[in-house]
Amino acid sequence: MSSRDAILARIRAAVADAPEPPPVTRDYRTAHVDDDHAAVVDLLAENLADYRARVHRCTEAELPALLARLLTDHGSRSVAVPPGLPTAWLAAAEGAEQHLDDPEQPLTARQLDAIDSVVTGCRIAIAETGTLVLDAGPGQGRRALTLVPDHHVCVVGSADQVVASLPQAVPLLDATRPLTWISGPSATSDIELDRVEGVHGPRTLEVVLVG
Amino acid sequence: MSGTYLGMPAFPQAAKAATRDTRLRANLRHATHTIRDKRARAVGELDDWAVLREAGKRIKDRTLRHLDTYLLQLEEHVTAAGGTVHWAADAAEANRIVADLVQATGETEVVKVKSMATQEIGLNEALAAEGITAYETDLAELIVQLGDDLPSHILVPAIHRNRGEIRDIFAEKMARWGRPAPEGLTDRPADLAEAARLHLREKFLRAKVGVSGANFMIAETGTLVVVESEGNGRMCLTLPETLISVVGIEKVLPTWQDLEVFLQLLPRSSTAERMNPYTTMWTGTSEGDGPRDFHLVLLDNGRTDTLADEVGRQVLRCIRCSACLNVCPVYERAGGHAYGSPYPGPIGAVLTPQLRGTTSAVDASLPFASSLCGACYEVCPVAIDIPEVLVHLREQVAGQPGHRAERAAMQAATWLFEHPAALAAAERAASATRALHPRRLPLGPAKAWTETRDLPQLPAESFRSWWQHHHTEPPTPPEPTS
Repeated sequence: MSSRDAILARIRAAVADAPEPPPVTRDYRTAHVDDDHAAVVDLLAENLADYRARVHRCTEAELPALLARLLTDHGSRSVAVPPGLPTAWLAAAEGAEQHLDDPEQPLTARQLDAIDSVVTGCRIAIAETGTLVLDAGPGQGRRALTLVPDHHVCVVGSADQVVASLPQAVPLLDATRPLTWISGPSATSDIELDRVEGVHGPRTLEVVLVG
Repeated sequence: MSGTYLGMPAFPQAAKAATRDTRLRANLRHATHTIRDKRARAVGELDDWAVLREAGKRIKDRTLRHLDTYLLQLEEHVTAAGGTVHWAADAAEANRIVADLVQATGETEVVKVKSMATQEIGLNEALAAEGITAYETDLAELIVQLGDDLPSHILVPAIHRNRGEIRDIFAEKMARWGRPAPEGLTDRPADLAEAARLHLREKFLRAKVGVSGANFMIAETGTLVVVESEGNGRMCLTLPETLISVVGIEKVLPTWQDLEVFLQLLPRSSTAERMNPYTTMWTGTSEGDGPRDFHLVLLDNGRTDTLADEVGRQVLRCIRCSACLNVCPVYERAGGHAYGSPYPGPIGAVLTPQLRGTTSAVDASLPFASSLCGACYEVCPVAIDIPEVLVHLREQVAGQPGHRAERAAMQAATWLFEHPAALAAAERAASATRALHPRRLPLGPAKAWTETRDLPQLPAESFRSWWQHHHTEPPTPPEPTS
C-alpha cells in the first residue's frame, strides 16, 4: 500500500464514528468600520503609517512629480519598472535610470540587488489591516521585483482599489495568481519581541494614494 | 545543547534547571509580558472576535471530519497547477523524499523558511547526513542555528536569548557559516537585524532550492499560504528554482473564503499585529514568476493517531500562533526547552504526547506540565480546550505502567476525601506541626516536584476546621421586610 493510500485509510478509520460537526457559521462582520469611503481611505493611510510605511496623497496630475521627488529624496539612481506600468508615472523621474523587467529577458536577482528602487501599482488595498495586495498583474510585476530592491514605492491608483476589510478583499482576489500581501516594510520581533523595521524585504515602503 | 531533542530528560528535571536560570526567566518574563498586552489590544480592536473564533473552530472541525476529501481536492488542484504532491507517513519518509528531491537538483545547500513541521521531523539533521546544508533564514532560527541551540518558542524560537547574547553569537559564529558579522557590532536590535540581512543576502541570491512549511493550504484552489514578517520567506519562496514545502495534513482549509477568517485570527493572536508584514500565496507554479518546480510533501507523522482520539483530535485545529505560550505561567518559568520538542508550552503539552505517544519519560510527563489555570484556552483563536485534553492525557498516562507515584498520590487523595474523619485528623496533624515543615520534600517523587517550588505555608487552621467553628449554627433567615 502506498503512503498516500495508507494515510487516507487511517484518516477514514479515525473519523468513521465521529459525528457530523455543526455547520460553519459566517456571522462575523464584513467590516468593522462604517460604509464611508473617504473614511475607509483615511483608515488605510493611518494603519499603513502605524506600521512605518511612508504615506503620500496626491491627485493623478501630481503623481509623476511626486514619484520623481520620492526617488530623488531616497537618493535613487536606478529604478526597476514592471511591464505595464503607466508610462506617465515615471515621465518626470529623470534622475533615476529605468530598468524595465522584460518578460523575455527578466532582470536577474543580482541585477535587482544592484537597483535602488522599484515603483509598482497594486491590485487592492485593505484599510482595516493597512495591507497592499499585489497579484503580479500589469504594473505590478513578478514577486521578486518588489522584494530585492531596498526601496518600494507602491501606488494605489484610485480610491476604487481600497476596500475596508478582509471579508471584502478575499472575494476580489484570484487564487490562481501569485499573491503578495504587504503590510508595512519588512520587520522582525525576534529580538526580545520588540518590533524592528527592516530585515530582508525593502526597508523603506512608500505608499502613494491617488485621488 | 546539541541540536536534538533525543534523550531529553522528563519535564520536571528539565524545568528544574530552567527555573534556576535567572537570566532565562528574566528574558522570558520580559518577552511574554510584552506580547501579552499587545495581543489583548490587537484582539480588542475586533468586536466580533468571539464570532470569528467560533467560525475558525467550526471550519477546522469540519475540515478534520472530512480530511480525506479535502486532501484529495488539494492534491488535484496542486497537480493541475503544475505542482507535484508527495505523501509521507512519518518523519523518516518525509526526510527521504526531501533529500531525494534536493539531490535530484544536484545542489548541496538549501535555504529554509521557518517551519514547525520540518523541525518536528528533524529535516536539517537528515539533510546534513546526506551532505546537504540547510540554512535557516528566519532571524530567530538563525540565532538558534548559529548558537548550536534548540528553539524554545513557536513564533520566536530564540526568545530565551537577550540582545547581548545574540550579539555575542553573531560576532563569534557568523564567520563560520558565511559572511562574518560587521566589526564592532552593537546589541541594538536594528544593528543585529542589519547583520542578519547582510549575512543572508548572498545565500538568498545564489540559492537554487528553497524549503518551507505553510500556514494554510486551500483545497478548492490548491493554494499554499505562508505568513511572515522579515521577507526571508518571500526570498525562499520566490528566488529559488525549486521549492519544496513540507506541510502537516491538518493545515488544509476547504475554501478560499476561509482565509478571511484565519487571516484575521492568526496575526492578531501571534505577533499581535493587525496583519503581519508579508504574506505569500502561490498555486502550483507560475510562468516567469517564482520557482519552476514545486513539490508539496503532505506529512502525517502521528496526526492520524491524534485524529482518532475523540477528545484529543481538537488539538489538530491549532494554527501555531503561540498565544497560549505567552500567557502560560508554567511556560514563563520553565521555558521552552523543558518541553523536549519543537512544540513547547500548553500546545506542546497536548500535541507532542499525541504525535509521539507517551512511552518516553519526557512525553509521559508533558500532560502534567500545567496548573490547569485555563489561560491558554481563553486566548486560543480556535478554542482548543487545552485543560480538557491535558486531563484526558493524564488519565491515559496514569493508566499505563511505570507511573506508580502519580497513581499512588491520586489514590491516597481519593481515600482521604472519602474518609472525612481521616482527612480531618490529617489536617489537624499537619497544622499542629506547621513550624516543623520543610520547604522542600526530601525524598522520591515528591522531592522532584518540590525542588522547583516552595511548599505552600500551611494556615494555622484548616478550612474544614474554620468552617466548623464559624458555622455551628444554621444561618438565621433574614427578617422579612414589610
